[in-house]
Amino acid sequence: MKTLSKFALSAAAAGLIASAGASAGTLDDVKSKGFLQCGISTGFPGFAFTDDAGNWQGFDPAVCKAVAAAIFGDTEKVKYTTTTGKTRFTALSSGEVDVLARNTTWTFSRDTDLKLDFVGINYYDGQGFMVPAELGVSSAKDLDGASVCIQTGTTTELNLADYFRTNNISYEAVPIETNDEARTNYVAGRCDVYTTDASGLASTRSALEDPSAHVVLPEIISKEPLGPLVRHGDSEWADIIRWTLNAMITAEELGVTSENVDKMATGTDNPEINRLLGSEGDLGAMIGLDKAWAWRAIKMVGNYGEVFEQFIGKETPIGIERGVNDLWTNGGILYSPPFR
Amino acid sequence: METATRAYPPGEHPDQKPPIGQSGVLYWMHKNLFSSPFNVILTLLTAYFLYLLLPPLFGWLMIDSVFVADSRDHCRELGSGACWGFIGKRLGQFTYGFYPHDERWRVVLCFALFVAACVPILWDGAPNRKKWLYFAAAFPFIAFWLLIGGNGSIAAYGILFALVVVPVVYFSPIDDADGADTGGLTYVLLAVWAFLLIGLQNIFFSTDVDIGIGGLGNVMRTLITLLLIGLTMVPLFHRGMAGKLRRQWATGFFALAALWHFVGGTNFGFSSDHLLTIVDTDQFGGFMLTMVIGVTGIVVSLPLGILLALGRQSDLHIIRWVCTGFIEFIRGVPLIALLFVASTMLNYFLPPGSNFDLLLRVLIMVVLFSAAYLAEVVRGGLQAIPKGQTEAADAMGLRYWQSMRLIVLPQALKISIPGIVNTFIGLFKDTTLVVIIGLLDPLGIGRASLSDTKWQGLSTEVYVFIAIFFFICCFSMSRYSIYLENKLHTGHRED
Repeated sequence: MKTLSKFALSAAAAGLIASAGASAGTLDDVKSKGFLQCGISTGFPGFAFTDDAGNWQGFDPAVCKAVAAAIFGDTEKVKYTTTTGKTRFTALSSGEVDVLARNTTWTFSRDTDLKLDFVGINYYDGQGFMVPAELGVSSAKDLDGASVCIQTGTTTELNLADYFRTNNISYEAVPIETNDEARTNYVAGRCDVYTTDASGLASTRSALEDPSAHVVLPEIISKEPLGPLVRHGDSEWADIIRWTLNAMITAEELGVTSENVDKMATGTDNPEINRLLGSEGDLGAMIGLDKAWAWRAIKMVGNYGEVFEQFIGKETPIGIERGVNDLWTNGGILYSPPFR
Repeated sequence: METATRAYPPGEHPDQKPPIGQSGVLYWMHKNLFSSPFNVILTLLTAYFLYLLLPPLFGWLMIDSVFVADSRDHCRELGSGACWGFIGKRLGQFTYGFYPHDERWRVVLCFALFVAACVPILWDGAPNRKKWLYFAAAFPFIAFWLLIGGNGSIAAYGILFALVVVPVVYFSPIDDADGADTGGLTYVLLAVWAFLLIGLQNIFFSTDVDIGIGGLGNVMRTLITLLLIGLTMVPLFHRGMAGKLRRQWATGFFALAALWHFVGGTNFGFSSDHLLTIVDTDQFGGFMLTMVIGVTGIVVSLPLGILLALGRQSDLHIIRWVCTGFIEFIRGVPLIALLFVASTMLNYFLPPGSNFDLLLRVLIMVVLFSAAYLAEVVRGGLQAIPKGQTEAADAMGLRYWQSMRLIVLPQALKISIPGIVNTFIGLFKDTTLVVIIGLLDPLGIGRASLSDTKWQGLSTEVYVFIAIFFFICCFSMSRYSIYLENKLHTGHRED
């Protein structure tokens, strides 16, 4: 009977669609598939790129890798789905990806109307302007009548309109599709100003022939909290992503790094480190994982600061200062709830 | 020495040199470059622009360029021209996308087989062409198996498919007493449908139906399937059979084989261990993805487009309306919109948790899009055929499909060749649009690679490199179309 009903089912689906089994929690699904399906961007300097060997690297894939390390103990057990600004939310809502880590701004409507859940913020960004130094512009308010290169379909487009309207200055939008296209257009002088998130400006500027000939204006005209997100309706899964991210931030705060984590895991004087790394209590069981989940994530991917410095920090060509993305103890606004 | 006129026998007069000043480089230049003051000015201007353009271009492309480097900064130290070292480092990515390293030989083999399969189709002078055609017909299935992996049953289907289809399409006696051609066509359509259905079911939605009779059962199952398939093909070799019986025999056993296959198990007797590791289509990328989309689009959309064109001219109202409606709808919608429907909208319509391969969705959309355009191109050809041709075919007693296949389509398609190839070239280039829905074709790979801070800012190199690839592909297609036109040129044209 079972055979027949299965046959009938697949026949009914016109031989084209197979149900992937009854949907239990996302964690169970991920465990049974044996890998995490992670939505990332199609390429954004520092945040998502392929290395020479063809593997995805960057600040955003690092989140996926940390989650895979926590669940499987293997950062390779991630499959990446590249999504564009237009396909990312559908890919997540339709279940094509389990988590979206794709420099996506947390906004009210995305969190509520699109039925998604942002589980945290891994980068506080804001929209800025870059102009050639020779224009002699020192403030965005001097940009009256300027032509502005702007990526379509993003929040930056809306922010720009809002900002120029409130300040009652005119501009001419030059719509472009990708960061790279923007750079080319900007260099060719087809627009006077390039506006995007400050992180994007930093990386674009770093790739110019003479970075010092271009200035990033001091105004930051928007709040762009970027973070990973999941579908509505599976809080257990959201917890895993949220606390993996928090574990990385807390690890930096407590001075746990990928190098010393092995030593610290054997037990320290600090009870919070012990709880985080599983030598005291069993926090992992509360989210359906084992005791060593956070230890693995930190060991294999690193704490927040390490990841930041590796991909976008001062030593990289992108050269972003920690700024607001520093720990609250260092004057930033990164603040993880306690592990207790 | 007298200068008497020497008499030559007819046809043996030796060629004389042209008068001085009427041949050679100088004459050619005078005639083509400096024939009038206006042309002199044009020539000089062009030469000046070439002088301005070419040296820096060659300098950038070749002389100052760097072929081996570790990063953009390294490139800049070594030379001021193009940084081909970047492309060199990423050549694997540009070619295979994210296809696993250890499995890349499959892509290479598949491409080699593709070239081999093209030969008998594109060149009718190929030795042993008839035998090669079997291979060409089986190739899509073999390619499918090579690229996706699995237990090889799809390749087995391909061989069966070729055995069934090639004889019917190419070598069947068309003047069978009972009008077997119509039967043959039904047979082909049925076979294609059944194979496609089973194949798709098998590959994408492996419902591992197990009736639990173990190892011996496996062997039995295979033997029975093969027996049924064998019986299906009896009419092909037994020419004495009446057309109607042939038809019924073939369809009947075919249905039985298909049914047995569904109920009896998905494997063709190969163990359920995968002979080739499964590679998900989301790991396809780069030129390989372009070729997969382009070639599938071209191969599938041509027959579909011809059917649509015939349907649009049909006397049967419903068929005509459906075909016209389909063509007009697809032509009225941009390809990007169709791709977005494929990538985002379909997910909302399908039941949650269903996994309908994105690449397959894209392929379907690309095929439908290009078929609609082809249908109109072919319709143009059909309308150029005088009505007398079909009337003559009718008078000869040919049935509809016979007259189409033997009289109308060969002429109509010949006229439509430039238009058809034009559509193909357009389709091939349109494959780059998939980058918008997140599939990484060469442009997408380029974007992902350029995001590596080590190499950031080398977009010109990437675009030039990709442009060269597309130029080679499209130019070959265009040259082939010219070759075909000349070959089929029957002298009805004034030139």
